[in-house]
Amino acid sequence: MTYEITSPAPDLAILVKGRLDTLTSPQLESELEPLLGKAGSLTIDMSGVDYLSSAGLRLILTLQKHFKKEGGSFKLRNIQPGVMEILRMTGFLKILSVE
Amino acid sequence: MNVAVTLQFAADTQKLPEVLDKLDTNLLSAGCPEDARTQLAVAAEEIFVNIASYAYEGKQGSATINIKADAHKATISFADSGFPYDPLQKEDPNIEQAAEDRPIGGLGVFLVKEMCDEVHYERRNDMNILTLVKKY
Repeated sequence: MTYEITSPAPDLAILVKGRLDTLTSPQLESELEPLLGKAGSLTIDMSGVDYLSSAGLRLILTLQKHFKKEGGSFKLRNIQPGVMEILRMTGFLKILSVE
Repeated sequence: MNVAVTLQFAADTQKLPEVLDKLDTNLLSAGCPEDARTQLAVAAEEIFVNIASYAYEGKQGSATINIKADAHKATISFADSGFPYDPLQKEDPNIEQAAEDRPIGGLGVFLVKEMCDEVHYERRNDMNILTLVKKY
């Protein structure tokens, strides 16, 4: 998994590539954490993410809860079909902003 | 092609890439299509990580993975000799809940059930054996 910041805070946007699994999701979470304080919003471009396990869902839910609590917006965009299916079957599409 | 292999791994989450790589290679040889391989990988990750994280309560142990697959169906079983534990007894999460009310976690076993056609647990010869069946 790699990521790049495509827009700095406060309108933070990142492009993630690779897998969001048990090993990589905590790594992304710890690298995003220091950036969240200054971010009024976060958009994650998921076009390069081809694999999402429950560890990736955990990260997404943690981010969603953060922005809900802080009053900011959190969005996922360009989600691949296999990943979209996992978000659908776990009810995440009902609680997330997706474009 | 019919595939029937048994693989053994240290029950350690750092082995996850190797586990998923071997699983994918064998399923590919069997003629399993890509979307089914990805779904089986998600299910296998949840089970292997559960074994690595909980089965041996911090002590070293192993996980034995048996893969039987052909161009239509895969049967994958995971065996560990850790403490007796049937993950299927865990209640499914409420996927209708609002984000702020949802607990972080608890989706792993639910995903395994969603990804597979059948999931069975048995305790045999002092081992936990969880078997996944997926048709494609």
